[in-house]
Amino acid sequence: MAKQTEIRYLTPLSVDVKKKKYCRFKKNGIKYIDYKDPEFLKKFLNEQGKILPRRITGTSLKFQRRIAQAVKRARHIALLPYVTDLMK
Amino acid sequence: MNNYETVFILTPVLSDAQMKEAVEKFKKLLTDEGAEIVNEEDWGLRKLAYPIDKKTTGFYTFLEFNADPTVIDKLEVNFRRDERVVRFLTVKQDKFALEYAQKRRNKGGRKQETAATSESAKPKKAESAGKEKELKEKED
Repeated sequence: MAKQTEIRYLTPLSVDVKKKKYCRFKKNGIKYIDYKDPEFLKKFLNEQGKILPRRITGTSLKFQRRIAQAVKRARHIALLPYVTDLMK
Repeated sequence: MNNYETVFILTPVLSDAQMKEAVEKFKKLLTDEGAEIVNEEDWGLRKLAYPIDKKTTGFYTFLEFNADPTVIDKLEVNFRRDERVVRFLTVKQDKFALEYAQKRRNKGGRKQETAATSESAKPKKAESAGKEKELKEKED
């Protein structure tokens, strides 16, 4: 009988399977973000209607700037609220 | 000449005829100034995301046009002077916006076109592959 060389751990190893974030605009080849489409822009807002940071959505800097611009335009023409509660 | 698009909101107090009359007024103003209107969309009476002047709804109109930059000033002055206009937004279209706007305008027709081109592209490829084979055989 060969000696068992298998290493045993008391607690199972936690293998973090982190999903890599990506910029959905770069991936899908979207070049223009439309301010006239509030339903799409809502993906980048939290429940209070604030713009979500890049670290959460994974958007690249270039498109984050464009999202911000589009959201602000949409707010001006009352397609999106400036402040709200429970938007979704 | 630049490409612009503008969205403006008219008060919901107006009747349909009055609303159309106001839209016509601005369209006429643009054409009189030498602008060419490319597209017009009437979004109808929509709910506002927040009240403006104690009103919760408004008539939205969307216009796309080619014009000289000086025209925009005149248009916006007229928007401000007109009491029927609650809110307006004029944006110059960059190259990406222009592309998007064109797609938006002919949504239905474009899809068929692309399908047709992809179909016609396939047999061509097959033909060229066949020719290459023939060439190889000749060389042998």
